[in-house]
Amino acid sequence: MPELTYREAVRDALSSAMREDEDVFVMGEDIAEMGGSMGVTQGMLAEFGPERVRNTPISEMAIVGTGIGAAMQGMRPVVEIMYQDFLTLSMEQLVNQAAKHRTMSGGQLKVPLTIRTQGGAGWSPGAQHAQQVEAWFVHVPGLKVAFPSTPEDVRGLLWSAIYDDNPVVFFEHRLLYPLKGEVPEQLEPIPFGKARIMREGTDVTVIAIGRMVPEALQAAEEAEAEGISVEVLDPRTLLPLDEEAIIRSVQKTNRCVTAHEAVTRGGFGAELAAVVQGGAFDYLDAPVERVGAKFAPLAFAPAMEQWVVPHAADVLAAIKRTVARAA
Amino acid sequence: MNRTMAKVERKPRAAEALSDERLRELFREMLLIRRFEEKVEERFRAGELPGFLHVAIGQEAVATGVMAGLEEDDTIMSTHRAHGHTLAKGTHPNAIMAELYGKLEGCSHGYGGSMHLYDVANGMLGANAVVGGGLPQVTGTALAYQFRKQPRVCVAFFGDGATNTGVFHESLNLAQLWRVPALFVLEMNGWAESTPLHQHVPIEDLSQRAVAFGMRSIDVDGQDVEAVYAATREAREHAVSGEGPVFLNVRTYRLVGHYIGDPQVYRDKEEIEELREHKDPIELLRARLELSDDELESLDTEVTGIVEASVEFAKAGTDPDPEDALKYVYA
Repeated sequence: MPELTYREAVRDALSSAMREDEDVFVMGEDIAEMGGSMGVTQGMLAEFGPERVRNTPISEMAIVGTGIGAAMQGMRPVVEIMYQDFLTLSMEQLVNQAAKHRTMSGGQLKVPLTIRTQGGAGWSPGAQHAQQVEAWFVHVPGLKVAFPSTPEDVRGLLWSAIYDDNPVVFFEHRLLYPLKGEVPEQLEPIPFGKARIMREGTDVTVIAIGRMVPEALQAAEEAEAEGISVEVLDPRTLLPLDEEAIIRSVQKTNRCVTAHEAVTRGGFGAELAAVVQGGAFDYLDAPVERVGAKFAPLAFAPAMEQWVVPHAADVLAAIKRTVARAA
Repeated sequence: MNRTMAKVERKPRAAEALSDERLRELFREMLLIRRFEEKVEERFRAGELPGFLHVAIGQEAVATGVMAGLEEDDTIMSTHRAHGHTLAKGTHPNAIMAELYGKLEGCSHGYGGSMHLYDVANGMLGANAVVGGGLPQVTGTALAYQFRKQPRVCVAFFGDGATNTGVFHESLNLAQLWRVPALFVLEMNGWAESTPLHQHVPIEDLSQRAVAFGMRSIDVDGQDVEAVYAATREAREHAVSGEGPVFLNVRTYRLVGHYIGDPQVYRDKEEIEELREHKDPIELLRARLELSDDELESLDTEVTGIVEASVEFAKAGTDPDPEDALKYVYA
């Protein structure tokens, strides 16, 4: 199987769709000549031209809103919001417009729009370029939310997002872009709502998303050295969520840790914990442990930043807390 | 066109003139909108209509004139004050009234209500209850027409209040930058809900806001349906020829409150009386056409009958099952 970086995998999904389908185009800030602030769309201008790889003004509401309009006409735009912090600027169009047209029109309209964005801590950008806000969008009926963690998943899920007839907020993590992974020779679409068991185990299930998936895998290895068998599950899409796979796993392991880089309070881990207690209450041998960032705007100095956001060590500590409880 | 220096035109060049026969049809449409809105007020006050409603009494010539200047494949997006636009675009009064009653037969099948009228097959892409909310989608719809080389325009309706939103500026800037075939129709009625123009904008001439983006702007008397029609034809031709969007600065008058039941404590009662006497677009067109009392009465009887029938249709409509609320969350 060939290897791609996460960044190349995103580009491959975009380019493959654009080669096959005139209705797919990309737009966003600095995505053309510059190739995007993360280099994801590098080379695409040369292949597809400025009509289909469109630089936009710094106008997040119009970027998303224009995408909605084109999507309403049956095109399949992929818009890029440079940092997920800037989703705040497009919130009205996402929440009141993209998510609601279908219901408000009584089923007359579809909005097949993909909103790609990225972010994450680990490089000291300060408080306005590193938030993780995926949980906000899981609260909005009408949106779908994806947050893949591997090259294979990001490629297959982005394809599915582009061909989904609903608006999809598609999260990528900055620190995942350079990571390499094997991908199938041919692009294989990955359906939404299907979790992936990243590692099988029997003592505790760690449900991790985004950057916390590789962190959880590292924690699992360290736990194994201490005789604890950890299952790592990546839901891959948060909305829809593969509740069945989550419940099945926890029914097997009887313990659960959730892990995301976003702040713990009100984070997606809370929803996961609710799903677990609802579907596996009688199986649980310990309270669900939640791992996430401490509740603070992200401070600039590297020492503070690293302390605020979670790492493998935090996941390992949570794993140990759950197994320390008597069955 | 010069990229940076756009000018405001006070008088559009003459489009093909409307025949008296066509003008009479437009008069009938305007009267239908008026009687429809009056009926909506009446039924709301009778407690039959849920939600809250905004009627467009006084602004009928804008909706009617713009729609008369469009082609069948053109599309519109409207505001919370959308009944007139939707009727003029060709949606049957029954479908709109049924929507106001929350029935499955409504144009949004009971999911939208007055502020979210949709009739996509008829080119009505949605009324928006967030001021300015539809504007970038008009830019995007027009972008799709440009991509597909379709000779169509998408029309945005919005009020003076919307010109203060950030998204207004983002949307017009982008539309002009990309020369998309969109028309931005400002229904300048001088009120942002209860706040008069001088309290919410520091300038008087809002066309300057479009001109600032290099966009062509045309000033129009919104109480004169012929003028609205002529400006729309002119603007449409400009837009579909690839020259870019056009801003129509349409001066009109809201002869009623912001919403039904608005006591208008912020507004001088005499001013409203004065406007009703001198600026009613229906009276103005009636005088222009020299309609006799008999002719007027005959038209009025006809459109009033249509409106009455729409209420009967709506009341006999089907209530949705509560569980239908989940039916269209996802496509």
